Amino acid sequence: MKRDTPKRASLDLAALRARLASTRGQQYWRSLEELAETEELQELLQREFPRQAAVLNAVSRRRFLHLLGASLALAGLNACTSKPTEKIVPYVRAPEEIIPGKPLFFATAVVRNGMALGVLVESHMGRPIKVEGNPQHPASLGATDVFAQASVLTLYDPDRSQVVTHLGQISTWNTFLSAIQTRLALQRITKGAGLRILTETVTSPTLAAQLHALLEGFPAAKWHQYDAVGRDHARAGAVLAFGEHVDARYDFRRAEVILSLDADFLSALPGSVRYAREFAARRRVQPDQATMNRLYVVESSPSLTGSVADHRLPLRPSEIEALAWMVAHKVGIVPGEFPGGQSLAQHARWIEAVVRDLQQHSGSSLVLVGDGQLPVVHAIGHALNTALGNVGSTVVYTAPVEARPVDHAASLRDLVVDMEAGRVEILVVLGGNPAYTAPADLEFVEHLSKVKLRIHWGLYYDETAALCHWHLPATHPFESWGDARTYDGTATILQPLIAPLYDGRSAHEVLAALLGQPGRSSYDIVRDYWKTWYQGGDFESFWQTALHDGVVAGTTFVPRSVSLRPDWARRQERNQGADVKHQPRQPTPPPLTLIFRPDPTVWDGSFANNGWLQELPKPLTQLTWDNAALLSPATAERLGLANEEVIELRVRERTVRAPVWILPGHAENAVTVSLGYGRTRAGRVGNGVGFNAYSLRLAETPWYVEGLEIRKTGQTYRLACTQNHHSLEGRPLVLSATLTEYQEHPDFVHEFIHVPAPQMTLYPPYTYEGYAWGMVIDINACIGCGVCVVACQAENNIPIVGKDQILVGREMHWLRVDRYYQGDLDNPTTYHQPIPCMHCENAPCEVVCPVAATTHSDEGLNDMVYNRCVGTRYCANNCPYKVRRFNFLQYADLQTPSVKLLYNPDVTVRTRGVMEKCTYCVQRINAARIQAKLEERKIGDGEVMTACQQACPTQAIVFGDLNDPMSRVSQGKADPRHYPLLAELNTRPRTTYLARVRNPNPAIAEGETE
Amino acid sequence: MVFILAAAAVIGAGIIRSSYVTEVGVAREQPVPFSHKRHVSGLGLDCRYCHTSVEESSFAGLPPTHTCMTCHSQIWVDSPMLAPVRESYRTNRSLEWIRVNDIADFAYFDHSIHVKKGIGCVTCHGQVDDMPLMWRAHSLYMEWCLECHRHPERYVRPREEVFNMHWQPPAGDQLALGRQLVKAYNIRSLTSCSTCHR
Repeated sequence: MKRDTPKRASLDLAALRARLASTRGQQYWRSLEELAETEELQELLQREFPRQAAVLNAVSRRRFLHLLGASLALAGLNACTSKPTEKIVPYVRAPEEIIPGKPLFFATAVVRNGMALGVLVESHMGRPIKVEGNPQHPASLGATDVFAQASVLTLYDPDRSQVVTHLGQISTWNTFLSAIQTRLALQRITKGAGLRILTETVTSPTLAAQLHALLEGFPAAKWHQYDAVGRDHARAGAVLAFGEHVDARYDFRRAEVILSLDADFLSALPGSVRYAREFAARRRVQPDQATMNRLYVVESSPSLTGSVADHRLPLRPSEIEALAWMVAHKVGIVPGEFPGGQSLAQHARWIEAVVRDLQQHSGSSLVLVGDGQLPVVHAIGHALNTALGNVGSTVVYTAPVEARPVDHAASLRDLVVDMEAGRVEILVVLGGNPAYTAPADLEFVEHLSKVKLRIHWGLYYDETAALCHWHLPATHPFESWGDARTYDGTATILQPLIAPLYDGRSAHEVLAALLGQPGRSSYDIVRDYWKTWYQGGDFESFWQTALHDGVVAGTTFVPRSVSLRPDWARRQERNQGADVKHQPRQPTPPPLTLIFRPDPTVWDGSFANNGWLQELPKPLTQLTWDNAALLSPATAERLGLANEEVIELRVRERTVRAPVWILPGHAENAVTVSLGYGRTRAGRVGNGVGFNAYSLRLAETPWYVEGLEIRKTGQTYRLACTQNHHSLEGRPLVLSATLTEYQEHPDFVHEFIHVPAPQMTLYPPYTYEGYAWGMVIDINACIGCGVCVVACQAENNIPIVGKDQILVGREMHWLRVDRYYQGDLDNPTTYHQPIPCMHCENAPCEVVCPVAATTHSDEGLNDMVYNRCVGTRYCANNCPYKVRRFNFLQYADLQTPSVKLLYNPDVTVRTRGVMEKCTYCVQRINAARIQAKLEERKIGDGEVMTACQQACPTQAIVFGDLNDPMSRVSQGKADPRHYPLLAELNTRPRTTYLARVRNPNPAIAEGETE
Repeated sequence: MVFILAAAAVIGAGIIRSSYVTEVGVAREQPVPFSHKRHVSGLGLDCRYCHTSVEESSFAGLPPTHTCMTCHSQIWVDSPMLAPVRESYRTNRSLEWIRVNDIADFAYFDHSIHVKKGIGCVTCHGQVDDMPLMWRAHSLYMEWCLECHRHPERYVRPREEVFNMHWQPPAGDQLALGRQLVKAYNIRSLTSCSTCHR
């Protein structure tokens, strides 16, 4: 941790509030510092590249001139040598389907917490390099999430474990097999009484079948499941409501009014990619169309779902529970008194308006409850949906998708109890990292040492592997056969894209070894399972179709009818964590709640070594390479905390130190910490990054705990936040209106945007006889998830630069998603705006390049020619949108062998000293144009999709030919909400935006939460 | 002083275009001294027998060892010159050929579109059927590519004649035919930077 001695001055929040209150019209501000106009920020804004760190050793001026002269003299000579020798290495026997130079796409799935997301993986000459969504897969519909995009980097991660190890020494698979056979033979005598398997959520039918076979062979053995980011409360809530395990499946196409109680359904649920698509589709507006859905969100920590809400109410988690009771009471499904009603009296009118709205849309409303809420709140949600007639319309219930639904916390606790008592002789950890993620008070690590034989299977030699006798390297999902189910039960057969890079084995092979069938390959195991499942005649064509499509037809779960238990409303354990015996030290300040959330980019820690995800700015905080203790401005003011100040968080005698980050919109008197950081054995990227929030997470209170205490340490810690970089100085960049305003004045954007008339110019105008590419980004659809940023990084070989470089503003992402706030400091409206290169018609960058390295193509693109660039950086200086990125150092990794496999061969890998920027994925445009010419036709609309467009779950980005009046992009440009950025500069950008339309409830005044 | 600098520039420009730097006409040593003259001129093999993906892909393709062995499992089976081929076949390790027609990694060339638009193999690769060993016939510098991109009528030929080693324009009038073909094949001769540099 770097420590800066000067402390940042606290912001005077009262003054800020006063300033905000006195503003009129649309006042947008990027961050608190900007609003405060601190001296520091003013200085930062004056300079494009703020802290020009001296990366070269100081050289005297005389010496510098000597070097300059010598370089000039020698400059021409490198052309006199012959070029380096390149080799062509053909196959010995060419595979039938590979045409060198043309990629192949294979359908498989990316699995996270057991749930699959169907993807198509692009493979060049047998190397998978890019992940796209599978349009035929119900959970994907062609889009992906950030974890799916980044999974290909994990495949080539040089820190993946490569060999079987035994007690830290390199060993072999066969040695493991012989060692395990003797132990298992002993276990058979006791029917497996000492055998335990620990997995994460299992949806794979084949894996479940193998586990059941194992349990049949060893009847006394036990199978435990534990997910760090688990859905225990949702499971328990369903049991509470319906008496059985059921999964809820939502249909946002039919939902007109949605109430989300701490449910981040746009990014944190298994079906989120699809839910985002359906939700955004119901928000598309035309001037003559009256309907648009309405979203109410009640949450503690700002989330993506909260950022697109029409009405948002920040409350602490226990208050959300109280609100749920209040809503239930007003709808009439629970009688009389309920806990916590008094604290919400101030929100009574808001709640009433919401309830009325829900009731008026019976059958087309939806109530969702987040996984962080207690089971009884989930039961309330189910009861509300039943009472409102939504079951069968916006929500259906199906059999659980996971193979064996159990309470994960209880399962892990049982395992720990057994370990403590010495009953566990063999523990096989088949996925997950319990030494890092297990609740702190279970003391998993301590009791693990009592197990006689510990076997770990995983991608990395992580914290758990270091404590086990045997570590078996796992194959990445792109290296092995398997299967998995998605949120609606649809199964996908996972097929490998490449032979295992190292000595990895799949989970199927490990279980086969335990089952006494060590030679069986994953291919045979998976095929044999599906042979037993498929009842038709022609298995081969079923198999080929399933592999081709990426879905197994006929596996989607059908809705089942459920009925609410009459006694569902019995009171559960309330106020979890508010231990009455534990009195706070100072009784006068209100109690603080500590909230745990999976990190938006690193999730539960399993992606900690993924550089792309570490460097991806988190959607709302825009932090990279760190987690922080997030709290609201008012709470910070009350506690006297400033950004980057290190505090000590204390829960029940456990402490951890964390830097503070003030996040407008956070609930009062609560602190959010994200999981997944502070790892010690993640790899070279993830080690020592951030602080470990798991050390405060207790078994009884996995999602929020009361009784948090904060103590200042007097230290500060630099946090690499990208939100202040490339600031655009408060110009009207995101425009929005309410639905009524839009219907009255569909072209309301013209009040704010004035496009100058075409002016006299010395330069001849460009004519586009062929294609003229353009892009429209719909702010109304963008939810800020950031998958476009990672997709662009994967497609275009964009390097990561590390925290130190981010601190000086040198992030390399070609596409950034800006986040703007508007309105009240404590509960602002949030806007997301993706900013790629504008490809301006009158590009300010083109005219200033001294070597003509950036030119205008005859299809409208602003080209960037890397080999011509000499690095003056005048173009970046001149760009008003600040979308150009310069390779100040050799960021691209040209050394690590496995990372070199990852690069897209169709895009140049840039070295130090050249400028780069979004190219509208010109490699894809060129490939499509050549293919169309070979087939003597024109490129169809939608045939060329930029990487960002293809990855976006809500289809917010549209790219296409402006010369085609029927293309989607031309229609977007004709939309009355359409506007360019910084139009007054006469840059005439080809990337333009559609303004946002919000749908507030007329019964609730603007910004009112009372 | 000015004259010295000017002379240095002229000499430098000359050096860069000399075969010392461009390797035009320089036969590189290959693992097997493959003779295009023998196989194309002598035996009459079409280019596409070995360079299979030239009409579909950016990369023309180099034949796998199996292609060589289709004949050489029966002909010249003991020839010491073909020992590396047999070795490759036996051990399943590829032959490593030295690349002769090569451009920089930051420039991307696509064979299929050039073949489709009527540029003959010999236009760029020279009289390959007369080469006992492979050498580069042209510099492949950008200025050389631009020469055709700016004046495609000087070089285009009918599609059917692309693989014809000895085609000549009828009545010797390349320009008249060329202009017709440019129109017929809709050759737009792209000169935007991103056509090749991405």
